[in-house]
Amino acid sequence: MPNTMPKIRKNIAISESGFVFDPLSGESYSLNPLGLEIIHLIKNGQTYEELSEVLLAKYEVDQETLDRYFYDFIATLKQFNLLEVETDA
Amino acid sequence: MPKLTIALSGLNNIDSPGPGIPVIRGIRDSKILNARIIGLAYENLEPGAYMHDLVDKSYKVPYPSDGVEPLLERLKYIHEKEQIDVLIPNFDSELFTFMKSEKTLREIGITTFLPTVNQFEERHKSNLPEYGKKYGVNVPYSEPISSVQDFLQHKEKFEFPVVVKGKFYDAYMAYDLDQLGMYFNKIASKWGLPIVIQQFVKGTEVNVVALGDGNGNTIGAVPMRKTYITDKGKAWGGITLEDPSMLDLTNNIISQTHWRGGMELELIRTAKNELYLIEINPRLPAWVYLAVAAGQNLPEALVRLALGEEVRPFHGYATGKMFIRYSYDMIADLDEFEKLSTKGEL
Repeated sequence: MPNTMPKIRKNIAISESGFVFDPLSGESYSLNPLGLEIIHLIKNGQTYEELSEVLLAKYEVDQETLDRYFYDFIATLKQFNLLEVETDA
Repeated sequence: MPKLTIALSGLNNIDSPGPGIPVIRGIRDSKILNARIIGLAYENLEPGAYMHDLVDKSYKVPYPSDGVEPLLERLKYIHEKEQIDVLIPNFDSELFTFMKSEKTLREIGITTFLPTVNQFEERHKSNLPEYGKKYGVNVPYSEPISSVQDFLQHKEKFEFPVVVKGKFYDAYMAYDLDQLGMYFNKIASKWGLPIVIQQFVKGTEVNVVALGDGNGNTIGAVPMRKTYITDKGKAWGGITLEDPSMLDLTNNIISQTHWRGGMELELIRTAKNELYLIEINPRLPAWVYLAVAAGQNLPEALVRLALGEEVRPFHGYATGKMFIRYSYDMIADLDEFEKLSTKGEL
């Protein structure tokens, strides 16, 4: 379970259809509906507990699988530089 | 504004396009300028000469390599017939001739807005390391060479792959000495010497189109990433970026050099997010219409600067604006080709 939820970079544009545009790199990506839902939950400032509560109630998935998929998804976002860079302030 | 007559070259709107047509499109889009466009063509089949909705009249002109005098004579003839107000040369290879002739052209009533000879010379590919040092810009290591033997003397300073570049155009990646020799000969036979060998910097190629007013001010600048690159390394698609570091670099260069005219910065952004300047093209690039579409009509601003008007810098542009180049079979009649090839006018 993450201590702090990752933050999506402020200038990343995400459309209702799940199209993602990074204006810094010019790259664009497509999210599937679940990916878009997770992004919305993150952007709304939900904690991981709140996020998993929503998803566990809505989808047939156990906590362990959700954790695994969530980390994988976040790692992908990080790899594409779509997350705010964490600073050791 | 009274009707202006603007003459431009770079009508070769082919797979490796010149900037003429995109510059004309910017001028045509202008709500300030009312212009008659005169095309200057070096070849009979430059498509722009046949694009009558964009180009009002075209004239064949001799290559600058034929000498300054024949070109000036031809321009004087065209000027007598057309009363040219502003001339916009769009090829790297002709700029030097026009810069040297700036005074002569002004005396007969033709204005230009070009870099100074010093600005033009110091940004040459072969001078890039000194340029980087002087203006505090990251540049890849490079050496101008006049023979493959020359390269052998600098061999320890490079690691393959290296980029083999022509004086004006062309660049190839060489993975070993054999390839280097092959590209050296290929480029030298076309563009002459020296050939520049540049350290290869791995990363994403990004570009900026910009316009300097000659007093150190950036009138406009729009960054772009090529999204589709042809086998000739030309952008076939691109998208505007929101990248403050690219704009800072552009402003830094223009303010220090007092760059006058259009320019294109070719940059590599590395995985560490560092920007390396690999080339400065001393004119507006063929993708300049993307900047127009994004809100900065740089061709219009360039014409106004040439006319001595005060032009306020642009602020902002649309991010995520894209261009997708396409080819199109324009149909022309033989009599048009005949006119251009025999009379030199169309």
